[in-house]
Amino acid sequence: MTAWLAQHGRSFAATLAKLGRTPLGAALNFLVIGIALSLPVGLYVVIDNLQASSHQLAAEPQVSAFMALDASRAEVAQIETRLKQNPRVQRFRFVPRDEALQELRQSSGLADVVDSLPHNPLPDAFIVNARDSTPQALEALREEIMQWPRVAHVQLDAAWARRLDAALRFGRLVAAILGALLALALVAVTFNTIRLQVLTQRDEIEVIKLIGATDAFIRRPFLYFGALQGCAGGVVAWLIVSGGIWLINRNLGELSHVYESLFQLKQLTLGDSLGLLIFPAALGWFGAWLSVGRHLALIEPGVDK
Amino acid sequence: MISFSHVSKRYPGGHQALKDVGFTIEAGELVFITGHSGAGKTTLLKLLVAIERPTSGSVIVNGQNISALKPRAVPFLRRRFGLIFQDHKLLFDRSVFDNVALPLQIAGYGMKDAARRVRAALDKVGLLAYEKALPITLSGGEQQRLCIARAIVHRPAILLADEPTGNLDAEYAAEIGELFRSFNQVGVTVVIATHDQTLLARLAPRVVTLKHGELAA
Repeated sequence: MTAWLAQHGRSFAATLAKLGRTPLGAALNFLVIGIALSLPVGLYVVIDNLQASSHQLAAEPQVSAFMALDASRAEVAQIETRLKQNPRVQRFRFVPRDEALQELRQSSGLADVVDSLPHNPLPDAFIVNARDSTPQALEALREEIMQWPRVAHVQLDAAWARRLDAALRFGRLVAAILGALLALALVAVTFNTIRLQVLTQRDEIEVIKLIGATDAFIRRPFLYFGALQGCAGGVVAWLIVSGGIWLINRNLGELSHVYESLFQLKQLTLGDSLGLLIFPAALGWFGAWLSVGRHLALIEPGVDK
Repeated sequence: MISFSHVSKRYPGGHQALKDVGFTIEAGELVFITGHSGAGKTTLLKLLVAIERPTSGSVIVNGQNISALKPRAVPFLRRRFGLIFQDHKLLFDRSVFDNVALPLQIAGYGMKDAARRVRAALDKVGLLAYEKALPITLSGGEQQRLCIARAIVHRPAILLADEPTGNLDAEYAAEIGELFRSFNQVGVTVVIATHDQTLLARLAPRVVTLKHGELAA
């Protein structure tokens, strides 16, 4: 067992030494793999964050109920009472028509137009949060409120959030396809790197086969090389994605300050990070395994010449 | 220890390298395989370490039929031999020490034990002072001695040498001959394929002569 471990340790050390002999080439390979991996991972991170916030919005869908323009204070108060008593309603906010007009004036930059209006065109409104936020329940609530007297129009405000959610699911699929393609590319790159290595070490492989090396012994350093290269690519991808998130968050800080909302991308979790190291390592190992298996069979002492 | 019976080898393309060869070598013997070039000496050695398989007949080493050996078992067969090549087959990207350590690494020896054995083997062939040197800096005779050190480092019971003195001048060849004699004296079976008559005269071994792939009487 210790001998076996020592053998693996030596193979590993020899692999590191091999990488050390061609630092520039190795670094370039890591960079290529890292950049390729960072594309789907970065896309995934952005989508994941957007989806989390869209879920948050979609999870609290609101129903806006607009009163008829000529509804009286008493009629509005009646609706308010009904909403208070309705078990489907979690909470609601009343927006008087004057306040709505003020908001429009301030937020839309249409102050002149608003000022020139002969009278307020906006109705009184209630913004209602439902207790149950499933689409069916919301629709039922909408229809119920529609039936109440002097309610002119009822609107579901969550529709856009659900559309965003669907778009993001599509984006996730794109990220997955991109990821799968680049994983394939990683296997191909490793396959080729290892192929060149096997060919340049042809004589060496022949000699150690002659003095009794098993295929496993010959394969081992190449497999380590593939795994190590994949893993290093993963590290580069992690640095790129983490750095990217940090940079975006710094700029988002200013932006969200203006909009008074704090939207920040979440950093990669520990699980994500480990996956980003282990998954490319496994792919590299696999690419190397394919390559060595294929090319080792061609190198048999005595069959040549 | 080694026995050939009715062994024939025909290469793809039709060349008949060996024809109905049969002989045995006992443990501890010193045997020369001689014959003109192309007589089948090298093929005979290749059959012993399963580089080639016989077309017919059987090659038995230590009671094991080499011709029926599974590919997975071949590395373990080869570890029982010490192989010495005319072209040395050294690895030029690593030191003298690392070249000799290779068979021990393959067999999974611990570092300490391996280092001790490597130095003993290098001492035996007189190259201990060069352990950190690269093989390319050694002379032809020294390279051949290095190849011998690598072949004996794991203490094999059988040494196989293919034209070990083929590229060497007489003085070096004599040194190599003495080395083989000393291994044989401690009980190692030594099989040498050569047409070096001087070596033959010096060691006075048992001789197996091949002629056009057949045993000559």
